[in-house]
Amino acid sequence: MSFLSIRNLSVRLKKGPPLLRRVSLEVAAGEVRGLVGESGAGKSMIGKAVLGILPPSVEVTEGEILLDGVDLLRLPIAERRRRIGASAALIPQDPLTALNPSHRIGPQITDRLVDILGWTRADAEARARALLAEVQIPDPDRVLRSYPHELSGGMRQRVLIASAFAAEPKLIVADEPTTALDVTVQKQILKLIAGMQARHGTALLFVTHDLGVVSKVCQKLSVLYAGMVVEDTSVADFFAAPRHPYSAALLAATPKYTDPSAGLQPVPDTVIATVQAEVAAFDRGTARG
Amino acid sequence: MTGGPRVADLYSVQDLHLSLADMTAKPLMGAAPLIDILHGLTFTIPKGAVVGIVGGSGSGKSTLGRALVRLLEPSGGRILFDGTDITHLPEAALRPLRRRFQMIFQDPMSSLNPRHRVGTIIAEPLRLHGFDSLPDRVARALDQVGLPRAFAARYPHELSGGQRQRVGIARAIALEPDFILADEIVSGLDVSSQAQVLNLLEQLVRDLGLTLAFISHDLSVIRRLCQRTIVLYRGKIVEDRPTADLFADPRAAYTRELLDAIPLPDPAQPWV
Amino acid sequence: MQGTEPGYWLGTDSLGRDVLSRILHGARVALAVALVAGTITCLVGATLGLMAGFLRGWVDMVISRLIDIWMAFPPVLFSILLIAVLGPGLWSIIIAIVVIDWTRFARVIRAEAMAQGAMDYVASARVAGRGRIGTMLREILPNVLPTIVVLLTLEMGIAVIVEAILSFVNLSISTDDPTWGGMIAEGRTSVHQAWWVLVFPLITLFLTVLSFSQLGEGLKDRFDPVLR
Repeated sequence: MSFLSIRNLSVRLKKGPPLLRRVSLEVAAGEVRGLVGESGAGKSMIGKAVLGILPPSVEVTEGEILLDGVDLLRLPIAERRRRIGASAALIPQDPLTALNPSHRIGPQITDRLVDILGWTRADAEARARALLAEVQIPDPDRVLRSYPHELSGGMRQRVLIASAFAAEPKLIVADEPTTALDVTVQKQILKLIAGMQARHGTALLFVTHDLGVVSKVCQKLSVLYAGMVVEDTSVADFFAAPRHPYSAALLAATPKYTDPSAGLQPVPDTVIATVQAEVAAFDRGTARG
Repeated sequence: MTGGPRVADLYSVQDLHLSLADMTAKPLMGAAPLIDILHGLTFTIPKGAVVGIVGGSGSGKSTLGRALVRLLEPSGGRILFDGTDITHLPEAALRPLRRRFQMIFQDPMSSLNPRHRVGTIIAEPLRLHGFDSLPDRVARALDQVGLPRAFAARYPHELSGGQRQRVGIARAIALEPDFILADEIVSGLDVSSQAQVLNLLEQLVRDLGLTLAFISHDLSVIRRLCQRTIVLYRGKIVEDRPTADLFADPRAAYTRELLDAIPLPDPAQPWV
Repeated sequence: MQGTEPGYWLGTDSLGRDVLSRILHGARVALAVALVAGTITCLVGATLGLMAGFLRGWVDMVISRLIDIWMAFPPVLFSILLIAVLGPGLWSIIIAIVVIDWTRFARVIRAEAMAQGAMDYVASARVAGRGRIGTMLREILPNVLPTIVVLLTLEMGIAVIVEAILSFVNLSISTDDPTWGGMIAEGRTSVHQAWWVLVFPLITLFLTVLSFSQLGEGLKDRFDPVLR
């Protein structure tokens, strides 16, 4: 049984256009699923819906989000928060704004464990230290005492990764975690995330627009366009032969340095027309139904 | 003029040094200490060339770019633009020259004034340099970057990231410059917008006979766009060769590190 | 003193004067102070703040030190001292408000100008060849304007209150012309027998200040293309 099961999730701006159109996907325990698509396709929105952090301007109109068999959307808010807090975590995109600049690193990791999950301060601190070592930070005690601005971007992202794994969550949503990083730092961070995911057996929902990253980190992927799932397949099948023309176009747009004549093809107008027609057909269908 | 730069070189950079004040280490009284960012760079950019400048964060690539368009003043060495020494030229003397070297910025959010319309944003530099028939020139610039003329009346926040980036390009080419510096202009865009913007740039370089310096940390993009590549590491040039040669036989260890770091879209290929 | 009756809608005070007419008369003083003092304070403070925040260097050093020193003076004592020196009168109040409150504008606008100065569109203007002053007025000012507008209307509200306080302690205009503060002072002594002499000027004062702040909110949103 899947640990995370999203069924027919539809989300829209309050009294406005739809942002997610009956999205369905499954993530098995310990599996890594990629969510790919252009900016505005809705991939971040899915992650936010699962974690219960949708912006106030947005509302869920239909669907289920089953976390370990329980539909989060049908729970009372306090219960939902408790469940999500206990079994899910986020690795955010921007390491700079995700950390509070006026608090040291240590409390930012341990406070959640102590205040919300009821750990003792000693246990929480030991856990923080162990995790910082696991993310290969050379001097964990110094980092625990530091403020965010005293650390580099790559270090901050390591801290955030450590923090995400702190409560031993069963699911982590990684929202474009390496987009703001240098290419060499990105490689280290991705290997770190992949390693920790494998060691801790955590399911991972990986949001990105970089197909290269997907091919290295994910086992399954969903391709999104305008809030609609256009293809849902295994990574191996996708790169061998994508079924949907839009997926093929995204692959053709990805630069490949081994073959300078390939890659960087803009998505052709015909493909855009095809996929927009599908969206329009979907909207007509839901309007009628 | 013996030993001087060839006339075919648009830029001739000789032993360029640049230091910036380290504001985080500024004492209460007195000036902040200087950090050396660029440690003696020497290279040329011939007319019509498309040069890639690659490096990680801390390599100094952005600083080098800003030095070339004199947003920053070098602390040592010389920069010659088309034979003129612009290294320490005062603003008044620099101003007429500025028309000939333009820049496109990385962040489409902050590079366009949110309270000016697109038409104004493109027309401003034209007005400053005394061009005539501004509305025609603005319309032509929008045509060249593939944006509808009606966008001139819009505000930046009404446009997507890729469209904003194209406005940035329109603003740069409207002045009919000789040289354009593109500073990580696709780093914040998704693959399809990136492809569109890069193809546009390629086409404009051909059609307008531009000389282009393309700063990026993404070697895949550099390979496609640039004939020559300069690799920077911690403020020093570690490679300066034709792009094809660089990829066939990377000499510097750092180049190999950059190449290895790129995740190719192929699940079968292991990522060492 | 009589309560409401036809012709004297808000009642009369201890000298039989119509409260409503006196409130309307007092409004002239209040609004004059609000508009003039508010505008001049805004011009002085915003200009200095803009220059300090954008031009940086020695300009910023001089202006910032000036602001720090200035703000060290206790405002109430400072204003009383000024009025004692200048003599009572409308212009004295206006000058006192400008002299004390410009620092409020300068501080805030300086911070905003500094933030805007770091934006790429400022660097772009430099690359295009625009000079410093031109960039300050053409690029920075429109982005700082919404804050200036809100601060301006805030300042107008403050000016009204300052005038009211000064006229309460009889340091405002010297003639017998009615002022809201003066009416409140008079009404204090008879609040139990004739509450309307105190309460109506007070309500008017409150509503005026509230209106200014609402005006600020509305203007800011109306003229800002980003928020529309």
